[in-house]
Amino acid sequence: MNSNGNNGDLRIGFYICHCGHNIAGVVDCPAVAQHIAKLPGVVVSRDYKYMCSDPGQELIAQDIREHRLNRVVVASCSPLLHEHTFRNAVAAGGLNPFFFQMVNIREHDSWVHTDVGAATAKAKALAQAAIRRVRFHRALEMTRVPIHPDVLVVGGGITGIHAALTMANGGKKVFLVEREPSIGGHMAKFDKTFPTLDCAACILTPKMSAVRAHENITLWTYSDVVKVEGYVGNYTVTVRRKPRYVKEDLCVGCQECIAACVFKEPKFPDEFNVGLGKRKPIYIPFPQAVPQVVLVDPERCIQVRTGKCKQTCLEACADRQALDFTQKEQLVEIKVGNIILATGFKLFDAKRIPQYGYGLYPNVVTSLELERLVTSSGPTGGEIVLKDGRHPKSVGFILCVGSRDMKTNRWCSRTCCMHSMKLAQLVREHTGADATVFYMDIRAPGKGCEEFYDKSLKEGIQFVRGRVAEVTDWALAPEEEGKLVIRVEDTLAGFVRRIPVDMIVLAVGMEPHADAQEVRRLFNMSCGTEGWFLEKHPKLAPVSTFTDGVFIAGCCQGPKDIPDSIAQAGAAAAEAMALIDKGYIEQEPNTANVMEEHCSGCKSCIPLCPFTAISFDAPSQKARINEALCKGCGTCVAACPSGSIRQNLFEDEEIFGEIEGVLADA
Amino acid sequence: MKYSYFPGCSLKGLGRAYEESLLPVMKHLGVELVELDDWNCCGATAYMSVDEAQAAVLAARNLAIAEQTGPQDLLTPCSACYLVLNKTQHNITDFPDIKTAVHRALGTARMTYSGKTNVRHPLDVLVHDVGLDVIKEKVVRPLKGLKVAPYYGCQVVRPYSTFDDDWNPTTMDQLLATLGAEVIHYPLKTKCCGGSLTGTVPEAGLRLTYILLKEAARRGADVVATICPLCQFNLDAYHDQIERRWGPARVPTVYFTQLMGLAFGFPPRQLGLQRNFVPMKELPTERVAG
Repeated sequence: MNSNGNNGDLRIGFYICHCGHNIAGVVDCPAVAQHIAKLPGVVVSRDYKYMCSDPGQELIAQDIREHRLNRVVVASCSPLLHEHTFRNAVAAGGLNPFFFQMVNIREHDSWVHTDVGAATAKAKALAQAAIRRVRFHRALEMTRVPIHPDVLVVGGGITGIHAALTMANGGKKVFLVEREPSIGGHMAKFDKTFPTLDCAACILTPKMSAVRAHENITLWTYSDVVKVEGYVGNYTVTVRRKPRYVKEDLCVGCQECIAACVFKEPKFPDEFNVGLGKRKPIYIPFPQAVPQVVLVDPERCIQVRTGKCKQTCLEACADRQALDFTQKEQLVEIKVGNIILATGFKLFDAKRIPQYGYGLYPNVVTSLELERLVTSSGPTGGEIVLKDGRHPKSVGFILCVGSRDMKTNRWCSRTCCMHSMKLAQLVREHTGADATVFYMDIRAPGKGCEEFYDKSLKEGIQFVRGRVAEVTDWALAPEEEGKLVIRVEDTLAGFVRRIPVDMIVLAVGMEPHADAQEVRRLFNMSCGTEGWFLEKHPKLAPVSTFTDGVFIAGCCQGPKDIPDSIAQAGAAAAEAMALIDKGYIEQEPNTANVMEEHCSGCKSCIPLCPFTAISFDAPSQKARINEALCKGCGTCVAACPSGSIRQNLFEDEEIFGEIEGVLADA
Repeated sequence: MKYSYFPGCSLKGLGRAYEESLLPVMKHLGVELVELDDWNCCGATAYMSVDEAQAAVLAARNLAIAEQTGPQDLLTPCSACYLVLNKTQHNITDFPDIKTAVHRALGTARMTYSGKTNVRHPLDVLVHDVGLDVIKEKVVRPLKGLKVAPYYGCQVVRPYSTFDDDWNPTTMDQLLATLGAEVIHYPLKTKCCGGSLTGTVPEAGLRLTYILLKEAARRGADVVATICPLCQFNLDAYHDQIERRWGPARVPTVYFTQLMGLAFGFPPRQLGLQRNFVPMKELPTERVAG
């Protein structure tokens, strides 16, 4: 065999896939196969129902052996989906896998055309191009790059916690970075979880302390990622650690400093209790916070703001000397092989629907606010009270606030039906108040959820089907005076109703974070149109992204409940560990290389490389490309004034062959 | 500042107090209004529901006159006119068949319309073009102590929320506060007044009017301020029937421009205030003083 892998004569096998009706419905596959069979060098030309199936792959391998094929072309779907499959089939037949070319006649042809004649002609042209191109292919080898075994997890909610613990338990070193001062996320704010009504804190806080105690986990709270460089297996990440004005290693969480603060009473809205409680300028987010370390709010602390405080907190801390008002923001650089993003969601701002009166009527609250009122560790000690201190005798729950709504967010937030029914059950249990749920559809598909809906009905919770028109305080009947009135078209009863209640709970939906786009760019990922991070494949690669080594889990990918978030966390951890345990990353050989004899050393390619893969070799006065860093983008190839950079799989003759093939008569 | 002016039929008839107060107030603020030459009825919402294309032709004639004679900003005080002219603009842009019908009809009258006229409401012009600070300077008789329910009605904000929020508009609230009035929380500010139902199906229409008045009274309003001639009429003219059915709800309803005129020091008769069935009592300054 010569370097082209043949004995001078070309023996090409061509296969066109029907993909069921996906391709064959629009492209006349047998006609394409017959046409290609007549081209010079083509020894075998076949059409087959499913080329990617086992028999389809075996067909290729067998033909290579029987007909001594030295080139293979498959016309089917996108190379993103099955290029690897067919390269493996070619290798199984004993041929170098790069003597293969794939033609996309599904996404590029049958899925976007309806005219059979024209689509078939296009398929022929594309197939001809590949036939002319593949003759110039050379044998290539995949290169192997070692993978850094450490992992970064961004986001310390239940998803991030579970992913971090899974990998740490598997012996991997994990960096867990959380923006807030404590891990725990939204789940830490919940009282009980549906549909089992088990205590959220009882199942979450042990996992939080396990994170803190785990020898394989480095936990950085109050920190965020500011820079990401590198590629799968070898990421360099810069983490910004915001100043807490407290030394984490010295603080023991005794909270003496909080008691001693010059602000005698808590005065400022407390973030953890969504503004329902108060805190001091020096505080701990909540009693079970991890880490158990206080922090100072620089906006509120007199010492940080003016430098002129009595600093009674320092005295209280005494010998421990954990407080440090000179602390500055720190940038820390770490190296990891994989990244898991579990950055979660934000809640819909109910003020965006003014007709529901949030912010206008004090007794209109969000579901999360009620959650804090129900919790025994909340600002009222678990007592459900109105703003004037009375106990509500009737509570209305409005579903789909900022979900399934053409004016705000179109998607279903998936958890609000169940969450509201849970809160309604708790309200009845705690106060005996009447609870009415206003819904469009009850969506309770999770395990045990339909049963939970049944339980809600049996416990006397009322359900009114209809999207609420407005919440108002104008009274028509005497019994409405002093109450909030829900106006709704009851679509089962078929008329408009006015239902007076004491308290209204808005089931606010989930939204991507306000900075989701910046985060997406930072990690070089995609977002769907709604702003959720985009998975590589909605069914087959739900936690992978189009950037290798970057995984997503939990609500940053789309609304989901705790069990689904945990499942994704485990899946992302497994995907990352699969890469780590393999020990190396296989890199496509489509890299560029400098033909040194022609390189003039002009250096014009060096600044153009987006991956800083090109350096200048001073002794030889030539440019040199680091193959491990080259991603095969081709920029330098096009830019080189002397044409002395070549790129594997994109050689000039290959591209010209392809062009000739497209333009030749079909 | 100069605007074309489309009064519409109401402001020449039932709602003449609106024009009587609008013109001096605008003049006082240095806003020049040029009444469209030979304008015609906008068709109101009634014609729209009979034949949209024909209705668009009728309304578009006014838009065409404004485009031709200028200025291209067309001040339209009546809410029904404002809605119909805006809807006509949208219909001409969005529906080719309506566009064709309009062009053909205008063509027979040797007129053209290329879509350049901007339909503007006085509230929009006063708050966004003239500015609240300029208005504040003209206030010589602040409406201190006067509790006003700001009532926008439905047509100015829906379906086209052109210059304010569709559910919770606030431009009139800001304007009234600038005049020194106490603006009460009035959650019915964009609810329907009953429209023409007060005449055709009184039991349905009057009920809506009653709710508006009763709530204004319950919340302690001295007066309801409105921006629409039909709203003003409905809220003002049916008190005897309302009282017979549900009991008294005697709150006067005036145009916001009448309140502006009072704050600028014009005598009530110059502002058409004598036309109200339920008259507005004297300004409460005396009440505060005495």
